[in-house]
Amino acid sequence: MGSRAPLAVRRQGSPFTGIGPVFMKELADHLSSVRMLVLTLFVIAFGAFPVASSLQTLRTVVDPNSFLFLRIFTLEPEQVGISFVAALNFVIPLMAIGLGFDSVNSEFNRRTLSRVLSQPIYRDALLLGKFLAGLATFAVALVALWLMVFGAGLLLLGVPPRGVEVARGLGFLVVAIAYGGVWLAISMLFSVVFRSTATSALCALGLWLFFFLLWPQLASAIVSGVAPGEIRSLEDYAALQDLAMGLMRLSPGTLFSEAVLGLLSPETRTLGPMLPAQMRGAIMGAPLPFDQSLLLIWPQITGLIAGMIVVFAAAYVVFQREEVRA
Amino acid sequence: MADTVIEARGLTKIYGNHRAVDAIDFSIRRGEIFGLLGPNGAGKTTTILMMLGLTETSGGSVDVLGFDPVRQPLEVKRRVGYLPDAVGFYDHLTARENLRYTARLLGLPRREAETRIAEAMESVKLADVLDRRVATFSRGMRQRLGIAEIVMKKAEVAILDEPTSGLDPHSTFELLEMIRGLKRAGVAVLLSSHLLDRVQSVCDRVALFSKGRIALMGTVVELANQVLGAGHPILVEAAGGDIAGILRGIEGVRSVVPEGEGAWRVVADRDVRAAVAHRIVTVGGALTRLADLQPSLEEVYTRYFEGARRAA
Ligand SMILES: Nc1ncnc2c1ncn2[C@@H]1O[C@H](COP(=O)(O)OP(=O)(O)O)[C@@H](O)[C@H]1O
Ligand SMILES: [Mg+2]
Repeated sequence: MGSRAPLAVRRQGSPFTGIGPVFMKELADHLSSVRMLVLTLFVIAFGAFPVASSLQTLRTVVDPNSFLFLRIFTLEPEQVGISFVAALNFVIPLMAIGLGFDSVNSEFNRRTLSRVLSQPIYRDALLLGKFLAGLATFAVALVALWLMVFGAGLLLLGVPPRGVEVARGLGFLVVAIAYGGVWLAISMLFSVVFRSTATSALCALGLWLFFFLLWPQLASAIVSGVAPGEIRSLEDYAALQDLAMGLMRLSPGTLFSEAVLGLLSPETRTLGPMLPAQMRGAIMGAPLPFDQSLLLIWPQITGLIAGMIVVFAAAYVVFQREEVRA
Repeated sequence: MADTVIEARGLTKIYGNHRAVDAIDFSIRRGEIFGLLGPNGAGKTTTILMMLGLTETSGGSVDVLGFDPVRQPLEVKRRVGYLPDAVGFYDHLTARENLRYTARLLGLPRREAETRIAEAMESVKLADVLDRRVATFSRGMRQRLGIAEIVMKKAEVAILDEPTSGLDPHSTFELLEMIRGLKRAGVAVLLSSHLLDRVQSVCDRVALFSKGRIALMGTVVELANQVLGAGHPILVEAAGGDIAGILRGIEGVRSVVPEGEGAWRVVADRDVRAAVAHRIVTVGGALTRLADLQPSLEEVYTRYFEGARRAA
């Protein structure tokens, strides 16, 4: 409405003035919050079981060339039925939502927003500082988790990880942080759009459930909807598969699982045009070198990062237009 | 114009097709307390937000300390302290931590920030709760913490939106005293309020707002003269003899209106209290009360709009 911040007018002064203090305060708030503790316990509860079971299985493996440490992440123990990365795929959005769903609207509700914005900073710095602090908090938790897994592997498997395993493991960290960043940006967008923190949390969780429960069904429904009566050629089939894949890749979780597959299962040579569920069986042959794997998953990584930026930009635009008064 | 700190010209804000602020002009001088007064929804907060660059203007211009809040908001916000309506602080932090955050946003060096925080909290009489969490603070303490933030900032201009709303009479009195303190420190103060009589005593000049326009502007006495008629009103309570006649006979008295049993409201050209006392005592009357009647802004406001309505 008429309340737009003057985007068209040239503003003087850096938009990043004051981003440091905002970042430091938000980071301190996050790290000392009870919520952070709960989220960490949550991840440990989700991760401990698959990791412990995987380690149990892997202790019997003696092949020095197999990627033992990576398999801690990817092995799907029979007793658990879910691998550690699959658990993370599910839990990372929850963590990120937990960190971001009330980041802007709580400032409205506490009536601190207009006071803070009357200090010499732009809204840009406030939003970006909050985002980066959330991302840093998330990264700290994830790195801690990662170190615990590698540490447990070191203790229980009795062999050190190979250099390439560490490199791939670090690549996994980056992908996981980008994945968390997408969901953090989504939850912050909701925190800008809705004044009520409960509504914002509900919408973010709703989207999360949508992507995990409904989207796969919806995507295949769309595909069968547009499919011709009978598939006459291989091209027809490939086109449909491409469509299915493209639709699935709109979900950040798909991008994450594909990127993780490429990184942590070095044998992976192709990511399409199969659905992720079909992929597990398709892994065969000799492992790819690390750089080849990176090349393979490059679109997924850029997709995640681009998604994060686009959603953050949307939050930014909405925030610029918002009235500061409570 | 070196002593003008804020100057608004034709300042306008339109929400949809509603003119929340309608081409207002005013200027505020260094070292004065300026009251932006009017009922809820009159456009006071909107005007304030435009001065801080926190909301876009729809027309006109405003100049704050030589800067344009639209193009140079950071310069304006570095020099202007703002106490929002129902100010909030981070409840989980202490008062000191809250002010430290502001100090960092201002880019103050740490050492300097600590001294300034201590001094500011001293000046609003909150030094003893410096390390208490703000969650435990009363409404009045939060308002004072807001003033402390402005003091710490060493602002040249303080903009206070409804600073006394929701406060009990004692806290109101204390807060108004602190606002006078700001003025003594050389800060130009702009405050808004819908409680006209509460704040009229601290304001050097006021602008009476109504529906986005400034209806009247000037000192309280000027406005009273303009609307209630020129003159100096006093209240006399006395007994014995023809008091009304005596009062009418005093030089300078323009009107004598009975205000109940044995009481008169007298309007004169100047302060005639000494003459009134002398004459009543001389004729052997008993003078029980002789009060200088402050013109009431509330009355000015009501009368003015009654008049405006009748004229329309
Ligand atoms: N975001 C907004 N959208 C539309 N109208 C608004 C908005 N904010 C304020 N108004 C309207 O602007 C007018 C002035 O409001 P405000 O400046 O808050 O008044 P005051 O502070 O004097 O009580 C009111 O009529 C209010 O309804
Ligand atoms: Mg208001």
